[in-house]
Amino acid sequence: MSALIEFKGFNKFFGDQQVLNSIDLQVKPGEVIVILGPSGCGKSTLLRCLNGLEVAHSGSLKFAGRELLDKDTDWREVRQQIGMVFQSYHLFPHMNVLDNLLLGPVKVQNRDRREARAQAEALLARVGLLDKRDAFARQLSGGQQQRIAIVRSLCMNPKVMLFDEVTAALDPEMVKEVLEVIQGLAREGMTLLIVTHEMAFARAVADRIVFMDAGRILEQNPPEIFFTNPQTARAQQFLEKFSYVAALPKTTQTKELELP
Amino acid sequence: MASSGLELLWVSLPQLGKGAAQTLSISLLGIVISTLGGVLYGVLRTLKVKWLDAILRVYLELFRAIPVLVWLYLLFFGLPIFFGLSIPSFWCAVLVLSLWGATEVGEVARGALHSLPRGQREAGLSIGLDGPQLYGYVLLPQALRRMTPPTINVYTRIIKTSSLAVLIGVVDVIKVGQQIIERTYESVLIYGALFLFFFFICYPLSAASRVLERRWTHA
Repeated sequence: MSALIEFKGFNKFFGDQQVLNSIDLQVKPGEVIVILGPSGCGKSTLLRCLNGLEVAHSGSLKFAGRELLDKDTDWREVRQQIGMVFQSYHLFPHMNVLDNLLLGPVKVQNRDRREARAQAEALLARVGLLDKRDAFARQLSGGQQQRIAIVRSLCMNPKVMLFDEVTAALDPEMVKEVLEVIQGLAREGMTLLIVTHEMAFARAVADRIVFMDAGRILEQNPPEIFFTNPQTARAQQFLEKFSYVAALPKTTQTKELELP
Repeated sequence: MASSGLELLWVSLPQLGKGAAQTLSISLLGIVISTLGGVLYGVLRTLKVKWLDAILRVYLELFRAIPVLVWLYLLFFGLPIFFGLSIPSFWCAVLVLSLWGATEVGEVARGALHSLPRGQREAGLSIGLDGPQLYGYVLLPQALRRMTPPTINVYTRIIKTSSLAVLIGVVDVIKVGQQIIERTYESVLIYGALFLFFFFICYPLSAASRVLERRWTHA
C-alpha cells in the first residue's frame, strides 16, 4: 500500500539550530506510529510541521500523494484531514463544550448544525462525557478536557490524528481515561502519530516505534524489537533510564516522619 | 444667595444643556471611533507584518509624544494653511480625540490579544479556521473581556480630554459655563456644577470598570 504520509530529506531550523535533520518517514493508512526520544529531540516539531504550525526549510513532505511544502498548499484544508491534540488541551474557555466541538464542523466545513451536533453528541457519549456538553472548560478536570479536545478534532472527520504528549500535563489517575480513547481510535484503524513518554502505552498501541535524538530518526522498528532489542546505543541508553525507574528497589522506611 | 444661585442654574439650564450635548456628542463619537479603531489597531499589531507594524508604531509614538492640545491646533489651524482644508471645530475635535483614543484603546487591545495563551491560536488553526474566523470566534471574544475594564478607563479620559475642544472654539459645556460666569461672576457655582457634571458621568464608568474587573478576574 502506498504511504499516506511521507517525509523525505526533511529539514527544519530554529535560527541556527537544526531541529529536524534529513527526516525520512513513511506512514501507511491505518498505521499507529509512536515517536519516542529525549526532550528536545524534535519529536513535537515533527508533528507540528505535519499540521502546518511550523514551517519546514527543505525536503519533501507528502500527504495522500500531495506535496505540502509547496507555496500554494491550503493548510486549512490539510488541517481538516490531520487533526491535532495538544499537551494542554486548549479548549476555547469562552464556549461551552458543544460550541467547542461545533465551531470547526459548522464554520469551517459549513455542515448542517443538527447533523454535526448529532455526531458531536455520539462522540461525547463514546468518551463518557455526554452529560458535560453544556459545561465550560473551567468546570472540567484535565482528563475530561483532554478527552473533549480529542473529540473536537474527531468532529472534523480527519484521516490522521496527531497526539503531542497529550497525557504529560495530566494527573496520573487521569492518564488512563485519555489513553483508552486513543487506543480505541487505534483499534478502529485510524492513522495515528503519537508523541508520548508513556512507555507501556507506546508498547501496547504502536505498530511501529520511531526513535529520535537530536533531530534525527535513529531507529524505526516494531515495538517488540525496539523494546527488547534496540539497535542503537542511544536507544538502549534511553530505555535503560526508564527501566531503571521501573526497577528501583523499594526503600525501607527507617524512621517515622517527625511532626513538629 | 442659595435661592438666587439655584435660580441662576435653573435659568442657565437650557444653555448649559446645549453645551453638555456638545461635550457628550464629541465624547461619544470619539469613544465609538476609538473603540473600533483601537480593536483594528490591536489586531493589526498582532499579525506581525513588519511594514504595517512600523507604520503603526510611528502612529502610536506620534500620539504618545505630542500633546492632544498640539494636535488640535495643528489640525485646526494647520490643515487650512498647508492643504487648504478646513474642518469645522466640532469635527476636528472628534478627529483628534478618535486618533488619540484609538492608540490608547489599541494598546490595551494589543496587550489583551498578546496575553492570550498561544495554544488558543494553534487550537483554532488546527481545526481549520482562517484568520478572520480565528480572531472573530476565538481570540477577540476572549480579548474583549480582558480589555473591557482598562478600556472603560480610557473612555473617562476621552470624556475629560474633550474639554480641550474649547480652545479651538467648540462651545461645549465648559465654554457655556465660562460665558455664564462672565455675565454673572458666579464662578464657584458654575464650576461646581461642571464638577458635578463630569463627576457623575465619569464616576459610574470607573465604578463599572472596577466591578467588571473584580468579577472577571475571579471567574
